[in-house]
Amino acid sequence: MARLMGLTGNEAIAYAVKQCNVDVVAAYPITPQTIMVEVISEYVYNGEINAEFVCVESEHSAMSACVGASLTGARVFTATASQGLALMHEMLYIASGLRCPIVMGVANRALSAPLNIHGDHSDMMGSRDCGWIQIYAENAQEAYDWVIQAFKIAEDPRVLLPVSVNIDGFILSHSMEGVNVLDDDEVSRFLPPRRPLITIDPAKPITVGALCLPDYYFEIKFQQIQALREAYNVIREVNKEYESLSGRKYGFIESYAMEDAEAAIVCLGSTAGTAKAVARELRKEGKRVGVVKPWVYRPFPEDDLIRALGDVKVLAVLDRACSFGAPFNALCSDVVATLYRNGKDIKIFNCLYGLGGRDITPSDLRVIFNEALEIAETGKVKEHMKFVGVRE
Amino acid sequence: MVRLHDLPVEELFTSGHRLCAGCGAGTIMRMTMKALRGPTVVVNATGCVEVASTIYPYTSWKVSWVHVAFENAAAVASGIEAAYKALMRRGAWDKHVDIIAIAGDGGTFDIGIQALSGALERGHDFLYICYDNEAYMNTGIQRSGATPHGAATTTSPAGKKIPGKPEFKKDLIGICVAHGIEYAATASPAYWNDYITKVRKALEVNGPAVIHVFSPCPLGMRFDSSKSIEVARLAVQTRYWPVYEVEKGKYKLNIKVPQPKPLTEFLKMQERFRHLFRPEFQHELEILQRWVDENWKRIAALCGEPA
Repeated sequence: MARLMGLTGNEAIAYAVKQCNVDVVAAYPITPQTIMVEVISEYVYNGEINAEFVCVESEHSAMSACVGASLTGARVFTATASQGLALMHEMLYIASGLRCPIVMGVANRALSAPLNIHGDHSDMMGSRDCGWIQIYAENAQEAYDWVIQAFKIAEDPRVLLPVSVNIDGFILSHSMEGVNVLDDDEVSRFLPPRRPLITIDPAKPITVGALCLPDYYFEIKFQQIQALREAYNVIREVNKEYESLSGRKYGFIESYAMEDAEAAIVCLGSTAGTAKAVARELRKEGKRVGVVKPWVYRPFPEDDLIRALGDVKVLAVLDRACSFGAPFNALCSDVVATLYRNGKDIKIFNCLYGLGGRDITPSDLRVIFNEALEIAETGKVKEHMKFVGVRE
Repeated sequence: MVRLHDLPVEELFTSGHRLCAGCGAGTIMRMTMKALRGPTVVVNATGCVEVASTIYPYTSWKVSWVHVAFENAAAVASGIEAAYKALMRRGAWDKHVDIIAIAGDGGTFDIGIQALSGALERGHDFLYICYDNEAYMNTGIQRSGATPHGAATTTSPAGKKIPGKPEFKKDLIGICVAHGIEYAATASPAYWNDYITKVRKALEVNGPAVIHVFSPCPLGMRFDSSKSIEVARLAVQTRYWPVYEVEKGKYKLNIKVPQPKPLTEFLKMQERFRHLFRPEFQHELEILQRWVDENWKRIAALCGEPA
């Protein structure tokens, strides 16, 4: 029986972890993720969960301990943000390379310098090529739902890859919302304790992490590429199974009002909520606008994106992280590549917004929608890269 | 003290690895595996042993072996230990597993010291072995925090102005003991029974234990590959490498050296110290001798032995 709880994004993730029969949590506190670690610590210290909590001395060691625990056969969770994720960077590649199905909550935050504790996507976007499955949640409910699904996706023998579930720092991590939670038993049935195929069991000794020279390295990396492709099917299956359990439908992409849209915003995370609200108002004014929100950023859902776009003429792609010196920022580059590969001639412009937690307001989004509609009319893109809300 | 016929015949670290001829670390690994008492997992930091013993698809290890990265052997060991505890609690595992983290001096004294300190403070049940060849030998002989004063490496060369490394070696055991761990010891492969006894003793400790073992390196210390054990023995007999253990805070000198050989006998065998024998750098020899004397005096005092 579902229950409604008031939870912040951080608490929603911690609560999901509690229900997921996690064996080991190794984590280090960092704003704005700290509450995830604090709440999990309370669960452990009050004996509410069976997990070992390894309160490590750095994020680098957090991910190192997670890798060790995962190879031993444990179900493993960690959480971080910003500088912590950057410090883990080396280990992120090893976690995916050694095929460790770790799940990590990331409360996305800007990267230094200058020091800033507020939300943007610079942290995860800086590690987007690390071989992890990457999911962006729009609200606390989605964060809760995706964490439970993430373990199932990660541990599937066809996948065996780590997953990050991203929530916007402070905007989601610290905002309380109503979250429909499942019963512990329901989660346990959906996600029984981990049963790994291969571990470092001393009775069946294996060597993990050998030096691999040019004669084999590429093939091993290719297997990782294939696993991420395979994850595409597994995510779909898991979404279906979770829908029948929870009644909540997930996929690679959420489209809002896209059926006859002429112009649309593509964005990740909490901004999609505001964009949908603004689109709703504009629709009342007779403007044909929609919103496309990728839930899954890696593997990038090309086919789903193309389907979602329908006959849209103009896209405004919103990025909350800067790829310095690049023609487009990360999300926009992926969208452009997808359109190109599918022979789609859709006008596109990229909006860099919200760095260091700078708010993006409904009126900002209204301006973006209107510019997109204008382009739909004239067929001319004025600026390929816009900076939203910055004092130039 | 363990005797030769007590040792298992089975080789869990097998031949065919690609360590250099005369490599002390290879001998140390073989001896380490002779000390096991049951199911064991080895965590190996990046370094000579790791790259030379597991070139894919081959392995020299007949125990489960994990390499993750350079600086984090202790953190990986922490995760493995935590995982076995949790799995045991939920009935998915039923045997005690000994966990041995193995790293060189670079992976211990320098880049791995934070992970090691964290793991010791948290009290994980594991054994950490540092095989110390006194420089980054794997990448081609660069100085580390374990390189002794005066030694020439490629990043502390025997220059015309600066004759080798100006700084002194870190006190690793002192750092480890300061964490209040139950067992810490130094060792030398020249005293095999002392080393193997210590490995077993350290495995039996319920909590973290550290062994710091001298690892002669023909390539990096530059001596003939047939002389490894001789160099390791001279390190002890000149009092350069005191062999002692610290059990629950109590120090014990395991190998007494009442009549030490002159330090120069140890130094002369290795070309990394050759420049110190030039007339203009003779005073460096005195500095090094003084460091050895003072270090010995300090350890002897801790062990309650006459200096």
